[in-house]
Amino acid sequence: MTLLVGTRKGLFELERGRRGWEIEHTHFLGEPVNSAVVGHDGATYAALGTGHFGSHLWRREPGSKWAEVGAPAFPDRPADATDVSPMTQDPWPWTVQLMWTLENGPTTRPNELWCGTVPGGLFRSHDRGASWELVRSLWDMPERTQWFGGGYDWPGIHSISVDPRSPDTMLIAISCGGAWITDDSGATWAPTQGMRNEYMPPGEEFTPIVQDPHRVARCAAVPDVIWNQHHNGVFRSIDGGRNWTEITERPPAVFGFAVAAHPTDPNTAWFVPAIKDEMRIPVNGKLVVSRTTDGGKSFDVFGDGLPSEHAYDLIYRHSLDVDATGDALAMGSTTGSLWISEDAGEHWATVSANLPPIHFTRFY
Amino acid sequence: MPTISFTANLRRHVDCPAASVEGNTVAECLAAYFETHPQVRSYVLDEQAKIRRHVAVFVGSEQLTDPTTQSDLVDASTKITVMQALSGG
Repeated sequence: MTLLVGTRKGLFELERGRRGWEIEHTHFLGEPVNSAVVGHDGATYAALGTGHFGSHLWRREPGSKWAEVGAPAFPDRPADATDVSPMTQDPWPWTVQLMWTLENGPTTRPNELWCGTVPGGLFRSHDRGASWELVRSLWDMPERTQWFGGGYDWPGIHSISVDPRSPDTMLIAISCGGAWITDDSGATWAPTQGMRNEYMPPGEEFTPIVQDPHRVARCAAVPDVIWNQHHNGVFRSIDGGRNWTEITERPPAVFGFAVAAHPTDPNTAWFVPAIKDEMRIPVNGKLVVSRTTDGGKSFDVFGDGLPSEHAYDLIYRHSLDVDATGDALAMGSTTGSLWISEDAGEHWATVSANLPPIHFTRFY
Repeated sequence: MPTISFTANLRRHVDCPAASVEGNTVAECLAAYFETHPQVRSYVLDEQAKIRRHVAVFVGSEQLTDPTTQSDLVDASTKITVMQALSGG
């Protein structure tokens, strides 16, 4: 088993040896690596941010070196475009600022890749990243102009989840633009229902298209079950994300960014709580992981092996991952700490406390 | 002919040798360069053909005045230098 850790200053590849998890390979040292995925084709894809020279996608064939391929790019902004930020009235940029998430298409289409960007573009490649097209059906929706930034100045698509039973059904989630489902491979989109926000004026709490799901994660074996760490709470769906039910109690706090869904048990998921949005640090400076094994009715809080005082690590939305067995979890923080648990989150071991800020962790 | 050269920092990412190019404006010179080195374009320009936010272009010793359309005039002796801004790192 291998772990990819993307950071502000490079991509690290870790493997488990006799002495535990160690960094075996370093790639793109000095460059922001914002997402990576191992494709159904066996190749590894890495989204580089390069602080100065734009976003670029690199592919590594098994046993080969990295080579640059195509990258998502917006078309020309029409001269008569009227899309502006609802908050600032600034024109939407039709330029990729961040390739926020890379995901595979269905296993039946191994050449298909998806990319969610800031600003909120969804891009698809049919040819293993060589070329990309903007999904205009989503981008051209009037509702898109009501989305607004969360964390970044512009809204972004951070979660893309293909339904493994139905290759044309996919859920995406946007900060801040709600979650949307397509059943026809992106031709049409429907907003999902049931999320509740606390940051909009009275009457707008349940408006689907201004929700801020920080991250959604699907149970691979029971794809109707999807977990949602929202800006002000936790939600769960048992119908593939079409409807969400709020889980109001999640110790020690309901705020957080990351969620990992157990690959086979639909009642088990992990979260990393934090003090809500005005602080965004662990409660009492103590980093913990909350796990439910009963569908969100109750949670156990684990901190063994994690810093218990003066810890200001934030676990960002792509930085908690679980392996295919459900036993190993990898967690990386904004302050460059990396921990791994091999007993389903109950105990943690520090792999490094000195990495660059961690953007994502991903097992393959 | 005007010449165009690139910071060594960019050569870490993409092959971008210095070259002499035809053109009366910086935009024409860049376009001529990208014809022979198309892979360099997306490192310097964004999708709307604007100079990237953290890329600095000098026309001789002066900074480019029109990063949106690069209409700054050049002549046969002009040296265009594409640098990395100190911001954005």
